[in-house]
Amino acid sequence: MSTPEPAEAFLARIREQVLEQGQGLDQADTLTALELDDAWLDDLLALAHDVRMRWCGPTVEVEGIISLKTGGCPEDCHFCSQSGQFASPVRAVWLDIPSLVAAAQETARTGATEFCIVAAVRGPDERLMEQVAQGVRAINDAVDINVSCSLGMLTPEQAGVLAALGVHRYNHNLETARSYFDQVVTTHTWEERWETLRLVASEGMEVCCGGILGLGETLAQRAEFAAQLAELDPAEVPLNFLNPRPGTPFGDLPVMDGKDALRTIAAFRLALPRTLLRFAGGRELTLGDLGAQQGMLGGINAVIVGNYLTTLGRPATADIGMLQELNMPIKALTKTL
Amino acid sequence: MQIDGVQFCSQCGKAASGLHEQCAANATLSPPRFCAYCGRRMKVQVSPLSWLAICSEHGESQG
Repeated sequence: MSTPEPAEAFLARIREQVLEQGQGLDQADTLTALELDDAWLDDLLALAHDVRMRWCGPTVEVEGIISLKTGGCPEDCHFCSQSGQFASPVRAVWLDIPSLVAAAQETARTGATEFCIVAAVRGPDERLMEQVAQGVRAINDAVDINVSCSLGMLTPEQAGVLAALGVHRYNHNLETARSYFDQVVTTHTWEERWETLRLVASEGMEVCCGGILGLGETLAQRAEFAAQLAELDPAEVPLNFLNPRPGTPFGDLPVMDGKDALRTIAAFRLALPRTLLRFAGGRELTLGDLGAQQGMLGGINAVIVGNYLTTLGRPATADIGMLQELNMPIKALTKTL
Repeated sequence: MQIDGVQFCSQCGKAASGLHEQCAANATLSPPRFCAYCGRRMKVQVSPLSWLAICSEHGESQG
């Protein structure tokens, strides 16, 4: 049996690999990073920040998200208050196009360059595709902002339609490690999600794929998830932290520990040195204001500002102010299609 | 209907009297889901910078 590598030597080795050579950690080394003692957390975060600055630069991509169709979803994602299978207080509601455009306008005024239209569905039907088409055209006519979508699982035809509309990025989270997925969702498979991500890439849209941490997965499964994301090589990885919602099967799970969350952010940055690593839902609960700053200095280079789909976030002004304090410029708009 | 004031918890929809510690904690990061006057589940639309809740009986509230 070999002696475990001392933490200091491990950090020196991965510094050379990831910072100097730009080669992300494999699953085994990601697990070692996730298992580091609290005493090494500051060093790990500092390395992750150096890696982000070296391979991504100082800018931060700012995004707003909105729910076009809320609630009433037939799927059973155990963390989600929008599933129609649980006794959640969230009621089904559709957003009209003028309100969608108004939300895109107010998002752009924060400095955001990304606006993601989300629907709680297994996959889009004809009605939703028509609503999305109208919405994307209306936003593009009125607002200078990139539009992305998150509409569940796609057919090849639907992926083609979205690409033709100018949707530059498509979000479809794998949510968790393949080995843990069936403990989180039973109405569809991890592989079905993977297939949609393949379709998105084949149509030339940027792939946005992340997940939720703190669903009860082990550290080994977190490392597995990071490796699976690295294999996918998405343009963006949103990291959510479970905000246990009343009425859902995961409603009584504990909130993730802040240090674990920070260690996970750093480990994912080291596994994915060049990706946009986005702070998403649950960070207010898990990390608070101070932790949000530590995350920005520990590998994060993108944020969702303001509210989420059914829950509230920090005021957008607080995040924009934090970026100014940290001397991190907001990424400028570049239309990619 | 005479509206005297808040009678229902806007987070869980139960009578407002009594302890609602978890609801109070939730309320910092959750818009109201139930009408405080009648306890009906409301339609709620959350946007990046605001939210709008609609009770079919008592109308709109926003934040």
